[in-house]
Amino acid sequence: MSPDTIGTLLPLFAGLPLLVAGILITTGHRLRLHAIVNIATMLVMLAAACGLVYHFWSTDGGTIAHQVGPWPPGVAIPFVADMFTALMLAVTLLLTVVSIWFAQASRAANSQYFAPLVLILSTGVNGALLTADLFNLFVFLEVMLLPSYGLYVLSANRKLPLRRVHGVRLYVTMNLFTSTLYMIGVGFLYGTAGSVNIAVLADQAQHDPTVAIAGAVSMFALCIKASVVPVHGWLARAYPGTSPAVTALFSGLHTKVAIYAIYRIYSVVYGGDTRFLWVGVVLFSLTMLIGVFGAVGEKTTRTILSFHMVSQIGYILLGVALFTELGLTAGIFYLLHHMIVKASLFMSTGAVEVRYGTGVIGALGGISRTEPVIAVTFMIAALSLAGIPPFSGFVAKFMLIVGAVDTGDIAAVVIMLFVSLITLLSMLKIWTGMFWEKGSGGPATKSGTVITSATRDPYAHEASYTPELATEATRAQVSTLTGTQTIIETDESTVPTRRINFALAAPSVVLAIITVAFGLGAQFLLTLSGIAAEGLYDSTDYVQAVLNR
Amino acid sequence: MTLSITVALLTAGAVYLFSKREFLRVILGFVLIGHAGNLILFAAGGSDRRIEAFHPSADPSAMADPLPQAFILTAIVIAFSITVFMLVLAVTGDDTDGTATKVEQLDVSAESESDGVRHEPRRNTSRQEKA
Repeated sequence: MSPDTIGTLLPLFAGLPLLVAGILITTGHRLRLHAIVNIATMLVMLAAACGLVYHFWSTDGGTIAHQVGPWPPGVAIPFVADMFTALMLAVTLLLTVVSIWFAQASRAANSQYFAPLVLILSTGVNGALLTADLFNLFVFLEVMLLPSYGLYVLSANRKLPLRRVHGVRLYVTMNLFTSTLYMIGVGFLYGTAGSVNIAVLADQAQHDPTVAIAGAVSMFALCIKASVVPVHGWLARAYPGTSPAVTALFSGLHTKVAIYAIYRIYSVVYGGDTRFLWVGVVLFSLTMLIGVFGAVGEKTTRTILSFHMVSQIGYILLGVALFTELGLTAGIFYLLHHMIVKASLFMSTGAVEVRYGTGVIGALGGISRTEPVIAVTFMIAALSLAGIPPFSGFVAKFMLIVGAVDTGDIAAVVIMLFVSLITLLSMLKIWTGMFWEKGSGGPATKSGTVITSATRDPYAHEASYTPELATEATRAQVSTLTGTQTIIETDESTVPTRRINFALAAPSVVLAIITVAFGLGAQFLLTLSGIAAEGLYDSTDYVQAVLNR
Repeated sequence: MTLSITVALLTAGAVYLFSKREFLRVILGFVLIGHAGNLILFAAGGSDRRIEAFHPSADPSAMADPLPQAFILTAIVIAFSITVFMLVLAVTGDDTDGTATKVEQLDVSAESESDGVRHEPRRNTSRQEKA
């Protein structure tokens, strides 16, 4: 397809899911239909995004821009795609597909509004990634956030009254405040530079200090959204409050869109100004450190993982703070790797949480024996997160360290290595507290007697969802009655039945396979990230495409 | 000048209201800061050097800039919808949000309790038993 045709189709990334969402709302309570249409729409867009990646790969970079409406370039709202956008689109859509699957499998999608909300969320994410207009970015961020509030409440505690949903107020107020701040920053930019078009603003912050300050207000707001230290506190409080499926979905999309915007704004509007880079290096190194220390004190898997997310965001943003071609390549690679791995971790521990009823460290044990697949998946993703070869995390960290050595930020290198070590320790904490055998009280002991009592009780399988009500041993045995598979274990030595079925395990396994593939086939992805980084490092091509010069 | 003083007053009021524990006051704080933001957008249109729109005798380039006004319209709609959502949260939620102390207790165990048909004792007590 010619670039013009592709450009004309770009707004469909935002338009298609919105349209489908509107249609689905009218169909009422048909959850199976919703799920199929939802996943199908995402797959179509995923295929389109992969096509975009292929296009930019075959043309070795370049930018495609489309002006919406008959306005002249610079006034019209532009939809722009380059390699960075295409890669982000592909990975966010992949995560959305996988998260929808996980939500269906974990029964978090039991509402007729789930599918439409996810589709609108996708509209917001795609639009925010594609737009080159800062006010339009604000609008798309809101389009992304409003359905998130709904999803947060809908799938948090399904049958409980709303008063039991904690964290949503924090989530809403934080996001509203940040959006207001971002909007004020955009207002300042319009007042000082006379435009909100990223391409028109190009390099202006480098020459005009007032524009730089106005941009800094917007960037600060985006940093809150990306949860950079010292404004990171909301993330680990708000994310674990909803269902594991929605946490996984949010973790892959929300903060990452903010990170994308920071990369884009800094590289185009600031032209990668070297005067302000030290601020980034200091802040993002602190983010790595404080995020990982925050995780040490947490007691549930999802709060630990959320704090690790803060820490990892420091790594990702360090790429833009280095602002060399190598640093940007490493940052983009890290971003893609992180989205995949983090979602995999949230889903593997989430699967355990859904089926065993708790994510508290130490409350469970021996999951590795009953659920070998999930355990291996978790281990792969955890090692990848910590940066152990041959997984993608190793390549990402290695590149970033080489990039930091290159610019002479030795302190950042030391922090990166140190944080990796603590990350590994934290992952081992989840491993020992959840997956490893837990002494004699583990689920594998004491069989028959409990089973009989469980069989007599018709509601016993319901009780298996309430971990605090049952003791460690009974819970595991009662599990054999869960769902359709009612294989009753009577032999003391046999392994208890798996509770996590194929559908629930599949998402995290797929993502873990992708991280292995990213690690082994790093060369190819690095080439793609390199092309994306070139487009950021030298943004003239982007600016020219948007302004139609 | 008038605009900047108004923005300052609105922001001060918002900060005061944000410091209150009651969620309704926080929402009112957001209403105020939303207006402050809108006025900043309004000022960004160069309200100091431009005259009102549709002035009969003036040259069109000196009239008020329509773009910030479009921004404000968009922002008002968005802020309004979120305010309504927050008001719903204000009437349905606890008096305290509980995010500071209860975060590890919510997760799926609360949800799974709702799946159980049997009416067991509240999970808070069972948690104590376990400890």
